[in-house]
This record gives sequence, C-alpha cells and structure tokens, in this order.
Amino acid sequence: MHKNPHDSQAGKPAEVLRDGSNAAWPICLGYFPIGLALGVLAQKAGLPCWAVAMMSVLVFAGSAQFICVAMLAAGASTPAIILTTFVINLRHVLMSSALAVYLQGVSRRFLALYSYGVTDESFAVNLTRFREGNWDRYRALVVNHLANSVWIMATVCGALVGQFVPQGALGIDYALTGMFICLLVFQLQGRIYILTGLLAALISVAWYLLVPGDSYIVGASMCAATIGYLLKRRHRRSK
Amino acid sequence: MTFYDYLLLFGGMGLVTYLPRALPLLYLAHRKIPQWLIDWLSLIPVAILSALLAPSLFTDAATRSLAFGKLEFLVAIPTLLFALKTRSLGGTVLVGMLLYWLFEAVAGGWGLGAG
Repeated sequence: MHKNPHDSQAGKPAEVLRDGSNAAWPICLGYFPIGLALGVLAQKAGLPCWAVAMMSVLVFAGSAQFICVAMLAAGASTPAIILTTFVINLRHVLMSSALAVYLQGVSRRFLALYSYGVTDESFAVNLTRFREGNWDRYRALVVNHLANSVWIMATVCGALVGQFVPQGALGIDYALTGMFICLLVFQLQGRIYILTGLLAALISVAWYLLVPGDSYIVGASMCAATIGYLLKRRHRRSK
Repeated sequence: MTFYDYLLLFGGMGLVTYLPRALPLLYLAHRKIPQWLIDWLSLIPVAILSALLAPSLFTDAATRSLAFGKLEFLVAIPTLLFALKTRSLGGTVLVGMLLYWLFEAVAGGWGLGAG
C-alpha cells in the first residue's frame, strides 16, 4: 500500500483540531465582517434568510457570492450568473494544482471533500504550512471547514441582524489584507520569488486597469510565474 | 423566486465553483507531476498573493484607475515591515487592523478639521 508521508504526523484528533484552529483564526476574523456585509446586501436584494444559508453552503466563494447578489438585484438571468461564477472561480484551478504537490497519493474521497473548501484564504494558509513542513491533510481540512462554518454563520447573521452592525469597527475590514501581506512575506524565499511577486504586482495592476472583469488574478499570476520560471531556468543553465 | 429557482441557481453556481477546485487535485494527486510543473507551481502562490493584493493597494475600485497614497497602501507599509520582522501571522493581522483603524480615525479627524 502506498502510504502518505504526512500521515505519520497526524496525532490525536484534539491536537489536529487545535492546530487547525490556530491556523484558521485569522481567516475567520477576516471572513466575519465580509460575511456580515454579504448577508446585509443579500437581504436588501430581497433574498430570504434560508436562501442566503443555501447559497453559502452550496457556493463557498465570497467574491462570486457578492457578484451573484449584485446580479440578482439587477435582474440578471440564472445562466448569466452561473457563467460569471465559473469565470471568477477559474483561478482556483491554479491553487488546487499547487496544493496537489503536497497531497500526492491521497484518496479520491478525501480530495473530493477537501476541494470544497479551497478558497484564496485557505489555500494561502495551508500551502504556507505544507511548505514549512509539520502540516498534514487533516489539519488542512480543519482549516477549510472552520473557515466555511464561520462564513456560513456570518452570512446568515448578516441577513438577520446585519443592518445594526456599525461599518468598519476596529479596522476589521483590513484583516484579510493584513493576512495576505504576511502570507506574501512567508513566500519570499529567495530572489526569484521576490522578482515574481514584483512582476505579478506590476502586471496585475496594469491588467486590472486595462481589462474589465476579474481576469487579472489568473492572467497576472500565470504571466509572472512563467517569466519567473524562465528566468530561473536560464540562470541555472548559465552556471 | 421560489425555493426551486434558488436551488437551481445556487446548485449551478456550486457546481462551477467546485469543479475547478476538484478536478486539478483529483487529476494531479495521482500522477507523477513533472519537475518543470513543480517548479512553475512553486512560483504560483507568491504570484497569486501579489496579484490579489496589488490592485487593492494601488487602484481605486469605483473608477478602476490608479490611486497612489491610498489608506490601504499606507497601512500596508508598516504592516509589511512588521511581518518581515516578526513573521507572525496573527500578530500581523492584528497590527494591520489596529493601524488601519488608527489611520482611518486620524484621516477622519483631519477631514473634519479642514471642513
């Protein structure tokens, strides 16, 4: 039998749960205000509370959900909303591919469950941990599902009582930005990573300004990674 | 919209959200990934994080134009320095929030004084 090397670190369920929560709390902190805001907007767009819950359970994808609510409010058709969701979430193809490096030989059933929770935030947190070592798929799954539970709760809360919550309390709107900044720092493990990051920043801003829609995330990250990869290969050959 | 209208809409959205997440994992986790792809994928996280962040720091979303000196960007500098120095995720999140809150209060105060 093929045995996954990460399994040896699994440990007791309580430890797995604790480590997972320690990794997930910054995500949850960031999701709460965004989920509340989504719930409020959905309620204003005429969605009943149970529909908000159904949406967050079936579609765990914040940006797509915001756009869905805006499109519903504007009277868009169901196929148009589904197609837009597809395009927005294509970026997760890249994230899942990068995660596959650390989930080699894991059962398909586990992967099917794991895939549900791959978001920008859980991807960034789990990939950083996998890379540092001392992380396994069960802890990663806890991160995914804690983030998802908080997201569902926050969106439903927003639909119920969101209009009474003050905007921008305690700088909580900056939580996810702060998290992304720190995760970016963790990724800077050499000159080629810094260069790729700078290229991605430059290309994404230019792409964002020139091309409508959300293609800048996928477009800029693929361009920057490709240029970085080619530079690295040339550098290796010239030595 | 009825229950079934919502179920159809969210079911469809769920499917097109799930497939791009699941298919690459299901496909790649059971094959030997070529070295060039591993090398390329190792640069994807830094590129994605940068591409997610940069437009939010340097552009204005409402007009989709360049915007230098945004509050988000000003707060990002000390937040980045803190992350580089401490390498603490939780600490960075809290420091970022605190600074954003303070900067916002100060900017608001100036706005009142000028007006």
